[in-house]
Amino acid sequence: MAWLLLLLPLLSAAANHLFLKRNAFLASMLSVGSVVATFVISLLLLGATDSYAFTWASLPEPVGNLSISLKLDQLATGMMIVVTGIGMLVHIFSLAYMADDSAKARYFTCLSLFMFSMTGIVLAGNFIMTFMFWELVGLSSYLLIGHWYEKNSAADAAKKAFLVNRIGDFGFMVGILLLFGITGTFIFDEMGAKLAAFESAYPGCYPCLLGTAILCVFCGAVGKSAQLPLHVWLPDAMEGPTPVSALIHAATMVAAGVYMLYRVHLSLGVEVFTETMAGEVIAWVGGLTALAAALMATQQDDIKRILAYSTLSQLGYMVMATGLGGGDAGMFHLFTHAWFKALLFLGSGAVIYACHHQQNIWKMGGLLKKMPITGITFFLGFLALIAVPFTSGFFSKEAILHAAEGNPPLFWIAVAVAVLTPFYMTRLFVVTFLGSPSSDDADHAKEVSPLMFVPLVLLAVLAVIAGYKGINTLAPALPAHAGEFHVNPLFWISLGALLAGSIPAFIIYSGRTKDPLSIPLFRERFYLDAIYDKVFVRGIQDGGAALIHFFDEFLINGVLVGGSTRLVQSVGGLFRRAQNGNLQAYAFAFGLGVIAVIYFTVFWK
Amino acid sequence: MPLTLFWFFAIVMLVGGLAVVSLRNPVAAALAMVSSFVGLAGLFIGLNAYFVGVMQILVYAGAIMVLFLFIIMLLDLKTEEKQAPKVVPLVGGLGIVLAFTIQLFGILGKVPNKESTPIDYQAASEHYAPISKSVSERLADGQLPDVNLVGDVIFKGYNLPLQIVGVLLLVATVGVVVLSKRQTI
Amino acid sequence: MASLHSYLLVSGLLFAIGFAGVVLRRNIIVVFMCLELMLSAANLTLVAFSRFNGKNGLPDYDGQMLVFFVITVAAAEVAVGLAIIVALYRARQTIHTDELTSMKG
Repeated sequence: MAWLLLLLPLLSAAANHLFLKRNAFLASMLSVGSVVATFVISLLLLGATDSYAFTWASLPEPVGNLSISLKLDQLATGMMIVVTGIGMLVHIFSLAYMADDSAKARYFTCLSLFMFSMTGIVLAGNFIMTFMFWELVGLSSYLLIGHWYEKNSAADAAKKAFLVNRIGDFGFMVGILLLFGITGTFIFDEMGAKLAAFESAYPGCYPCLLGTAILCVFCGAVGKSAQLPLHVWLPDAMEGPTPVSALIHAATMVAAGVYMLYRVHLSLGVEVFTETMAGEVIAWVGGLTALAAALMATQQDDIKRILAYSTLSQLGYMVMATGLGGGDAGMFHLFTHAWFKALLFLGSGAVIYACHHQQNIWKMGGLLKKMPITGITFFLGFLALIAVPFTSGFFSKEAILHAAEGNPPLFWIAVAVAVLTPFYMTRLFVVTFLGSPSSDDADHAKEVSPLMFVPLVLLAVLAVIAGYKGINTLAPALPAHAGEFHVNPLFWISLGALLAGSIPAFIIYSGRTKDPLSIPLFRERFYLDAIYDKVFVRGIQDGGAALIHFFDEFLINGVLVGGSTRLVQSVGGLFRRAQNGNLQAYAFAFGLGVIAVIYFTVFWK
Repeated sequence: MPLTLFWFFAIVMLVGGLAVVSLRNPVAAALAMVSSFVGLAGLFIGLNAYFVGVMQILVYAGAIMVLFLFIIMLLDLKTEEKQAPKVVPLVGGLGIVLAFTIQLFGILGKVPNKESTPIDYQAASEHYAPISKSVSERLADGQLPDVNLVGDVIFKGYNLPLQIVGVLLLVATVGVVVLSKRQTI
Repeated sequence: MASLHSYLLVSGLLFAIGFAGVVLRRNIIVVFMCLELMLSAANLTLVAFSRFNGKNGLPDYDGQMLVFFVITVAAAEVAVGLAIIVALYRARQTIHTDELTSMKG
């Protein structure tokens, strides 16, 4: 059963790529079929605890056998529900959204490849497998962001995503090897015991080494989950098709970093984050990402970019919670966030589709009347994201704030984010759905087809109820008292933050047709992209270009190619001079030769 | 061969050669060369190589030199104008000739000298007795039937090279015809 | 009677004279004639050795055979060479070696 989870999407991807390139309909149906089947299997497997392994390669000691292993537990099976559930809805949504695309078969092939890779990460039983599938999701993400590769911006965004992820993955690999050095194993199940043995053997260097290793592993999460300072790829990744943004860049792949952190947390032992400095660093990175991304989101005009920064901000939340030892709260938020953020992205996809690929919110407006189902479902997702009480987002955000209570600075950062989130989301909703249409595209928008709004409705339902007791058993991990409702100081702080964010936004943006506020610092994303472009891209590119120019022009062209030609030319010139065309000179040389021959044959001793 | 005759012919030959090199009129050079070859033929005859000497006169002085003169007249070559000799080639050429001459004396010092021995007709007659009676008899009479002896060696020992040289001459003839035909294309 | 050395000396001198002509003269026909002189000098050496290294009381006729072949080859060479010179003269209107330097590299 568990193997089927892994193999079905792979088979579908392979079949699509090898046989169904020309038959887009069959390809899409195969992909949808495989993802529905995996969703059913995931539901059946929910809560199972098991592991399967077979040896894949035998390496000399100390590595020993490398195995392809699947590990089933609450974390993995819950995550599989998220992955396959949202995957299924996104596939169905894509059938309509990508109906007119010329490369539909390739799109579904890549989606299946992504499902395979993501399943691999979730079910991986050891770090080697995690790393392999980690790279595979990077690849499929690259392929999907660059789906419309004829567009320069899409091709650049795909490259950017891939390269930025490479930076993180390098640290991740170092981290995996460090952890292997410490524990002597790649297998998650064995790590805890080995780590304890290491601690008792080398108590002195234990915290420092372990902290370094965890931070290196965290680098992978920083890349994949787009935390500061490697967050720059995620907003650009919105160049891909919107369903892809919903699936990969909001719900699942970007959450893989958090998932992996929590997996490490569980494997190594619960207190590893709190007893080394690593947890503190991770939490601060998460908190700062959440704050910075929320600030950036307040000044964006592209509907998908706003959601992308919102995703960044929420991922920051999860990472912060994980760093503070509240990984269960982080995973709970991952779970609820996956549903409502997928809902928001698919909703924005429907809006974009209806508005003829118009993505600027100031060119929309009044869409609630034009497309009520999309509007209402979007509204529900919006409520969940801004954590209105009794929606799923409320419960998970409460859990995160609770986890942050022990660290006042981070707690107040979290509260600030909780103020900013309603602010920018209200801005988005008010400008897009209320008011009057501000362009022809918006004026002519129509409700989308059932194939698109049915997934929206399903997701909307889940966005509201996912946090409640009972439903939340689907979640990968649950903090204590999840889904319970208490009126306590935390509740009042949270409610205050909600109102402090949404009411001013409503007042400022209601009825406007262009942005009344302009804060260049936030609009230009703290100039981070520009700085990266200047320092890394230009610097490295120009430096590399200079170096390559030196090698190419001087070494290769000047010395090797030019040098050899010059050598041949000069030697040739030397002999050319001998070839002077004068008969007598030849005769003279010949005579000299004869004299030399006589000398050497007769007179030479 | 008496020493005086030897030196006479040798000097005729060397002076002829020097004249070939130094005369500026090509016709005069060709005639000087004829005289040089006559001297050479005399030396051949002094070496008892009568047939080679006759061939030298017939082929070289008779045929080849006539060919040269023919071409000189065909091309209507005039006496070269006297021009200032270029120093470098002159010095180089004379230097190399000098070096060669020095080497020549060195070699003569190394090669053991031989005095010519008179021809032993008796032994030769005995040698040819089983091969040819007439040659053997004439040898016994003190005559040297040079043509017979040369013919004996050339047709018995060098038949194949002889044929090949014949073909070579044919090829040269054809080549000359082709070369001197006017290009009509 | 003249000894072997006298003949070798005379033929060597003739060879040197011929070589000097080849190197110094500018008229290609004269150069050609000097080449013939050098060949003849070689012939003289061959005949001299044949006479001084006799067998069965007679000169060694093998040496004279070589002289015949040299004479034949020289005749062929002269014929072809002169034909080439004629063709050359037609093409370039000169037989001056200084001016025939189109093979200069």
